[in-house]
Amino acid sequence: MHKDLEEYADKLPLKLLQEIEESCPAGKLKKVAKKVFEEYTIARIDAGEAVGLISAESIGEPGTQMTLNTFHYAGVAEMNVTMGLPRIIEILDGRKSIATPSMEIFLKSPHNKGKDVKELALQIKETKLGELVSEYGMNIVDLKIDVKLNVDRLKEFDIAPAVVAKAVEKGMGADASVKLEGDSLTLKLKEKEDNRGLNALYRLKEKCKDVFVKGIKGVRQVLPVKRKDEYLIITFGSNLKKVFELDFVDTERTTTNDIYEISEVLGVEAARQAIIDEVFRVIETQGLDVDIRHIMLVADTMTASGEIKGITRYGVVSEKASVLARASFETPIKHVINAALKGETDLLNSVVENVMLNQTVPVGTGLPALITKKGK
Amino acid sequence: MAEVYVNGKFAGLVDNAPDFVQRVRQDRRSGVLSSEVNVYYDSVIDQIHVEGSRGRCRRPLIVVKDGMPALTERHVKQLQKGELSWSDLVAQGVIEFLDAGEEENALVAFSDQEVTPEHTHLEISPLAMLGVVTGLIPYGDYIQSARLIIGSRNLKQSIGMYATNFPLRMDMDVNLLHYPQTPLVTSMMHELSDYDAHPSGQNIIVAIMSYKGYNMEDAVIINRGSIERGFGRSTYFRPAVTEELRYSGGLMDTIGMPDKDVKGYKSERDYRLLEDDGIVHPEAKVKEEDVIIGKTSPPRFLSNLEEYSLASNIRRESSVSLRHGEEGVVDFVALTENEEGNKLVQVRIRDQRVPEIGDKFVSRHGQKGVVGLIVPEANMPFTASGVVPDLLFSPHGIPSRMTISHLIELVAGKTAALGGRMVDGTIFSGEPEEQIRKELAALGFNERGTETMYNGITGEMYEAKIYIGNMYYLKLKHMVANKIHSRARGPIQLLTRQPTEGRAKEGGLRLGEMEKDTFVAHGASLLLKERFDSDRTIVPVCEGCGVIAIHDTLKDKRYCPICGENVEISDIEISYAFKLILDEFKSLGVYPRLVLKNKY
Ligand SMILES: [Zn+2]
Repeated sequence: MHKDLEEYADKLPLKLLQEIEESCPAGKLKKVAKKVFEEYTIARIDAGEAVGLISAESIGEPGTQMTLNTFHYAGVAEMNVTMGLPRIIEILDGRKSIATPSMEIFLKSPHNKGKDVKELALQIKETKLGELVSEYGMNIVDLKIDVKLNVDRLKEFDIAPAVVAKAVEKGMGADASVKLEGDSLTLKLKEKEDNRGLNALYRLKEKCKDVFVKGIKGVRQVLPVKRKDEYLIITFGSNLKKVFELDFVDTERTTTNDIYEISEVLGVEAARQAIIDEVFRVIETQGLDVDIRHIMLVADTMTASGEIKGITRYGVVSEKASVLARASFETPIKHVINAALKGETDLLNSVVENVMLNQTVPVGTGLPALITKKGK
Repeated sequence: MAEVYVNGKFAGLVDNAPDFVQRVRQDRRSGVLSSEVNVYYDSVIDQIHVEGSRGRCRRPLIVVKDGMPALTERHVKQLQKGELSWSDLVAQGVIEFLDAGEEENALVAFSDQEVTPEHTHLEISPLAMLGVVTGLIPYGDYIQSARLIIGSRNLKQSIGMYATNFPLRMDMDVNLLHYPQTPLVTSMMHELSDYDAHPSGQNIIVAIMSYKGYNMEDAVIINRGSIERGFGRSTYFRPAVTEELRYSGGLMDTIGMPDKDVKGYKSERDYRLLEDDGIVHPEAKVKEEDVIIGKTSPPRFLSNLEEYSLASNIRRESSVSLRHGEEGVVDFVALTENEEGNKLVQVRIRDQRVPEIGDKFVSRHGQKGVVGLIVPEANMPFTASGVVPDLLFSPHGIPSRMTISHLIELVAGKTAALGGRMVDGTIFSGEPEEQIRKELAALGFNERGTETMYNGITGEMYEAKIYIGNMYYLKLKHMVANKIHSRARGPIQLLTRQPTEGRAKEGGLRLGEMEKDTFVAHGASLLLKERFDSDRTIVPVCEGCGVIAIHDTLKDKRYCPICGENVEISDIEISYAFKLILDEFKSLGVYPRLVLKNKY
């Protein structure tokens, strides 16, 4: 670092200092840094500002103007992504399973040029036996099912009948034996105490439809799209870990909208960023203007404990230090009794408790105090 | 195989559903089945529903057969001669009532010119699609349907002649319009519903213009001269009722002038209007808190302690007095007895309501507004011929609401007033606007309904031509006099020591959760504390055990219920609600311990 900037080393963020050093002539560094420091000090939030409440109001008020809205991908049936208020609620509640998980899979060069993108997409897509079958024949006498495979489909998905047979054998396990003849499979029911007769055969038929053959589990739909001048794959259904294992995937840019998956695969810091990005995207597409710092604060609160906690009575509210604050939220008797069992102390450090007691709340004008020393 | 349900219960299966349904309808028209039976076939789910249950909304339609309405010229002639009646037509299967279900199977023609062989029914009159109240709105075919509904809802709240025997009745909360008039622009429904006998509005002159901004946000400006001539004047009636209740042990209430030594005796002034029987005399002017009916009740349940005290054996005062903020004149006193034979006294109070700022007025098109200013007649704008409008309506109320019928009524009303006749504004069949304009032009006025007007204060001519004409306006029952409320100090609740709620109890205006948040967001911590000071209390707290201590004011001694007297006791200031919650914690078996420490 330039010596003129050294005095600001612990006063300004490193990024700012670097920017100053890069973009200013060496002689003016000191002057610029001084001015930057002034502006930076002004822009900083003051001590005692009720940031949490302002964030809550700043996100909550535009929220009342949001419309219910799902985002549809043109050309693909049954492929839409939850947007609008339901999506925001989903994220901030910290739901484990979201309504429409979806990934954006970026590809490494040269795959992103679009030549083999369709094949790659099909390779990712979760394929079940049901999609590859043209006909089922039920043999009630021998308790057998003849499954005729769809040859065109197999070709399209680039799967050999033998591979299918192997997958089915694995999927059926102890329920049935599998035999491959040409392009048709024969499933014979293995009779057991509780597993015989016509009903068992029906159950077997329904079960074999769901046998996983190929692809990545959870990725129900794939859609190759062109964005700017590269091709990428948008999926319906998400499985980040498995997708990252594929060698043609650009793991640096590939994302999912499932915050928990990001947290598991990439860690909480990534999850925090994902919360910010996802919430901000919804607010942006609704044409609303919310300062990103409000969302950052919410994301920070949600992830501060090292794992994702929703803004609900089970999540961050249960973490509140104040017994009275927790009791004022929901089920007061439960909270009070539990606190009494543990012998908790409420230090009255936050806003709600002090409103209840009619004491000054520790924000704004409630913070500073004058102390006078009595003379003798 | 269609499933058949009778009144929602499964009854069986039929092979040919359309044929079955047709046969049921045929039987109904020929009188084999009751005319109240309806049937419909849902082809999607292949179900037939035969309904004869009560509570279905049904409406009459003319039956159409092979493209020909069943109602013929002959029927109409017979009807006019009185040889046929409505029920005859229903019995002959000329007219039938359809419910919501059967309407799904019907194709209804709007007018007889439109009838084709596919049609099953014909509208008797487009007016029959609407209810009685909606049918009263003139030119309803020139208005958004949503506004039409709002208009008919407002009509129901208008003040009029609610019952012609009103002087004999003891209704709760009723209003009566003085000088009600029949509208100049009518509809067929006015005649059908005998609207002349109980009108609920007045014909006034309306100019669509702004005036000093006092009619923004839907407000209206009213001419003081019009009010003085009787526009929008009404009377509000409210009865005060009480009875002599009987209690166990032969005790009972007594209506009469309370003795001075009863418990809760008010000041002598409050009883000044009562006569010997303890009831006010008619035509007495009463103000808030004045006693209307004097009454005393036997003492309440006595606790063991009170039983021996002398004071408790005295009867207590339970008179009926005028509520807070009310006034009026005693109109009518009725003495009678109720079903159990107890003496019942009813006193009707009447209060004349002259329009004031804040009263609500509405045209018949859902264009409601509150009075924003009452202007002396001399200051009102006037036309070249010297006409002064009674009401000024803001032009901004029109574009977004698209209530064109409001504008048409204005010219139609003007034509009616100038031509000395009524204008028919029945929905879908009213007199055409074009014709009305022509007539207006023939009467020597601008056919657009606009006139040159002059500023009432300066006398200057307005550059713009003002749209002015006659309209029928209604006064709504929402009047400020019944709603106005404010409080600086007043009663508090016994349990929480917080202000009471609601106008009737002279309550406070709540500063709620979200309003509190705005104080916090501004960092106005001390202001917030001050706002929530209403239940502030100072309590002594034992520093030894943290429990609220006792201050015996008689002996001027403080002691802790646990630690006794030899302990440090300090006063703290908290909200009474918090003291209450501490007590509630104790009742839960939780020991809330206050640890005191100096804040600074
Ligand atoms: Zn104590």
